[in-house]
Amino acid sequence: MAAGVLIVWQVLATRRLIDPFFVSRPSAIAGRVWEWMASGFIWRHLAVTLEEAVLAFVIGTVLGIGAGFVLARGRRASLIFNPYLRVLNALPRVVLAPLFLLWFGLGIWSKVALGVTLVFFVVFFNTYQGVRDVDRVLVDNARVLGASEAALIRHVFGPSALTWIFSSLQTSIGFAIVGAVVGEYLGASRGIGYVISQAEGTFDTTGVFAGLAVLSVCVVIVGEAVARLERRLLAWKR
Amino acid sequence: MSTAVALQDLACGFPIPTGDTYWAVRDLSFETPAGSFTAIVGPTGCGKSTILNVIAGLLAPSAGRVLIAGEPLSALNRNATYMFQQDALLPWKSVIDNVALGLLFAGVPRSDARRQAQTWLDRIGLAAFAEHYPSQLSGGMRKRIAMAQHWVMERDLLLMDEPFSALDVHTRQAMESELLALWTGSGRTVLFVTHDLEEAIALADEILVISAGPASRVVSRHVVPLARPRDLLEIRTHPGFHELYGRIWTDLRREVVRSRERTTA
Repeated sequence: MAAGVLIVWQVLATRRLIDPFFVSRPSAIAGRVWEWMASGFIWRHLAVTLEEAVLAFVIGTVLGIGAGFVLARGRRASLIFNPYLRVLNALPRVVLAPLFLLWFGLGIWSKVALGVTLVFFVVFFNTYQGVRDVDRVLVDNARVLGASEAALIRHVFGPSALTWIFSSLQTSIGFAIVGAVVGEYLGASRGIGYVISQAEGTFDTTGVFAGLAVLSVCVVIVGEAVARLERRLLAWKR
Repeated sequence: MSTAVALQDLACGFPIPTGDTYWAVRDLSFETPAGSFTAIVGPTGCGKSTILNVIAGLLAPSAGRVLIAGEPLSALNRNATYMFQQDALLPWKSVIDNVALGLLFAGVPRSDARRQAQTWLDRIGLAAFAEHYPSQLSGGMRKRIAMAQHWVMERDLLLMDEPFSALDVHTRQAMESELLALWTGSGRTVLFVTHDLEEAIALADEILVISAGPASRVVSRHVVPLARPRDLLEIRTHPGFHELYGRIWTDLRREVVRSRERTTA
């Protein structure tokens, strides 16, 4: 299927049935990617993007899990903070990017901040749901067996939330990368988003597609790794 | 003989949307001697589970006193384990870790807890399934594991809320025999809630009939004179069984009819 699309694309572009200026050609894109890898150009940028994504993911996940537990277990905290979180979540985060640029500068932290605002809500809502979703009987049973609040979190709420967090992991990792790339795209001096934006600035469609190709491959590799981890940790579900 | 559980003028009310209080249980009193097997029977919705929740300390009564071995109960009952009608095994823990759970909570080191859990799995004949997850086992096996999970705690009082109601007849009979085998000679007190009068007679020393809700109370108490040890496969053909069944059923029947009238009215 994918190969078919590439072949048709290649043929159409080579015969000039579609203008390669707008869509480039797969062979040219592959050549560009190869050139980037050989010269080491792409690795530098990729490393920056991945660093931002990883930081955004880790920080967003930690905050999201923490907030999720506190709000799910504490009635009062939930009453106070829930409306605010809903409003913040409804906000399109991309419009915050320029603000973050202003606050955190052109370096990696403005991108990390953008990624965190995206990852946080995914993880938060899933943790919250996971803790709330636990069957009342499981909790009562554990309490009768002598579980303290800490033991409940560790043995009952934690694992339940984990299944929800895991099922959303693909989304939250995707968001971390989106945050990094969009942040770079809007203002940076390094990173894949920056490379793509530079290529667009010079109408270099081959560069844009090459950047997108590198990014997609990365996301697929990370996604596969996550899926494997998930299969191992959620073995009890089968 | 000392008293294991005593309820005195117990009342449990829940607020309902109209602003009134729904009394699940009202003016309910009974006591059970230590080491006895007591069955509580009553029509659906008669507050049987509420009674156990109160004795387990999961629910604070609106009025009345709960005495456990003579002491008033104020928080969670540390003398009791409670086997619920629904499956309550943690799906993300293996069978052996589920059985060891209560010991872990009590601060027993993991390896010791697992060793004790293993002896229980041997006892109930599920040693081969120690590393399986609950979802990989049948309903009957899960019930046996739940029993082990509670019995391993070696607490004096066992509360059971229709624990076998979801099982098929034969598995159920096997589970009942297993329960009696575990209980016999253990010196523990069992409070067993069921809506099945036959099950109650087969298992218990004494049967309490609870009235139809709301405001359930104890209607009558019946001593089961059948000798122990009992062969559950044969007990239903025992002449004393039918005589007793008939006697208790007249009480229970009246409550079941009242309960139906109330729910359909």
